[in-house]
Amino acid sequence: MEANPRSTGRLPAAFLTPGSSSFMDFLGEHSPELLPGKRVLPPVQGVIQAPHGTTIVAASFPGGVVLAGDRRATMGNMIAQRDIEKVFPADEYSAVGIAGTAGLAVEMVKLFQLELEHFEKVEGAQLSLEGKANRLSTMIRSNLGMAMQGLAVVPLFAGWDVDREKGRIFSYDVTGGRSEEHGYAATGSGSIFARGSMKKLFREDLAEEQALTLVIQALYDAADEDSATGGPDVGRRIYPIVTVITDEGFRKLTEAETSEIAHAVLERRREQPDGPRAALL
Amino acid sequence: MSTPFYVSPQQAMADRAEYARKGIARGRSLVVMQYADGIVFVGENPSRALHKFSEIYDRIGFAAAGKYNEYENLRIGGVRYADLRGYTYDRDDVTARGLANVYAQTLGTIFSSAGEKPYEVELVVAEVGTSPEGDQIYRLPHDGSIVDEHGSVAVGGNAEQISSFLDQRHRDGMSLAEALKLAVQALSRDTNGGEREIPAERLEVAVLDRTRPQQRKFKRIVGRQLSRLLGADDAAAAPTEAPSDEEAPEDEA
Repeated sequence: MEANPRSTGRLPAAFLTPGSSSFMDFLGEHSPELLPGKRVLPPVQGVIQAPHGTTIVAASFPGGVVLAGDRRATMGNMIAQRDIEKVFPADEYSAVGIAGTAGLAVEMVKLFQLELEHFEKVEGAQLSLEGKANRLSTMIRSNLGMAMQGLAVVPLFAGWDVDREKGRIFSYDVTGGRSEEHGYAATGSGSIFARGSMKKLFREDLAEEQALTLVIQALYDAADEDSATGGPDVGRRIYPIVTVITDEGFRKLTEAETSEIAHAVLERRREQPDGPRAALL
Repeated sequence: MSTPFYVSPQQAMADRAEYARKGIARGRSLVVMQYADGIVFVGENPSRALHKFSEIYDRIGFAAAGKYNEYENLRIGGVRYADLRGYTYDRDDVTARGLANVYAQTLGTIFSSAGEKPYEVELVVAEVGTSPEGDQIYRLPHDGSIVDEHGSVAVGGNAEQISSFLDQRHRDGMSLAEALKLAVQALSRDTNGGEREIPAERLEVAVLDRTRPQQRKFKRIVGRQLSRLLGADDAAAAPTEAPSDEEAPEDEA
């Protein structure tokens, strides 16, 4: 058993010691070297070159919340990957999208998913949405050392709040600062453009389909202005990852569904390259 | 001066085993059984919060009879073991066989170490496969032995009698409702052959359902779904028999 190679195969005492319901706390006590935040950082000159994920957007609608991300990862001026996935389910009722250093971000998501699942199994109940959002804060904070060396991870967290019965969005900064966003939010290099786009299109009373179209419009606008954000790649059939969370739980749209919305958006943009117009007053 | 008296190892072990068995026998029995779409766990449990069954990992479930604080401790140890292993390697590298071995070692060490009181628990570790042939059920008695079980298994106070009842009646490919009713029937028989009624509120039921689209196959069956499954024979007997068609959508709900 990897937990203790010299043992007789019996569960080590740490496993049977009553303690916290957090997997990270357990890992911190039992094998701290496995925690990303506990790594010793070597002195580095300049910025480390590593693939970066770019734009994540989210929007809420009366029955839930939509979280979507483009598919491009860049390393400097190069495209590192064209079909990277940056939006993941965190558990049954929440999802997390990640911008920033791809390798660390994916690791953080894996640990975050495990943290929520572990709590749920040990306690027999789910964490509150607020609790999940706070947990993510702690994880980003533990990455602060790396963030200072240019390896920042900036997630966007969205979920269905079972108690308040509504979709909620949380955004973060590199220091773990957490803020709840109302209506819509974006993070990553293309987020300025995506946010501008959503600002003009968002309404409180969007239907689910409209919210799904809204985030794809926003990603299109981000890709249009930001070279690090990838638009729908029709030639390779690579479309944004779009997820929706309602009271029925997490759902990732199929490729057919996203391609349909993306094609509708592209079709309109052929006639009107800047997209839908808002009234001047 | 008193002379230290001698107890033969056989006698010491027999005493410890009897102690553990008596403790386990005080608890109510539970049943773990294969059905067409997976593995079902059924037990009598008046508590809604303190579970006898629980999820360990994606395809692995846990059932225990005996002393609550002891098996709860083992359960959490198992969750930690599985999560750590899945985190270090991959989710597919967490197996019921591996977990059962760790439990067996743990129980065995506790049982044979003179300084510790033997655990009064009997565990079942089950893993649902992609097909019924891939299902695995391991029974772990208090002394750390492992028994690889097929079809159905009962642990707890009245386990032997229930097991033999189930062995005669369990068959492969039962629907969930059939398996559930058989399990309840088996659990309602008391030691002297009489039957008593176990109301649905006192039942704890969970499944490892291989048809679930989620990665995590463990699911508790409660409330309306449970009473529907238990009452399915009334509905099926009255009109035409269509139990298998009826169950599929129910499971999804």
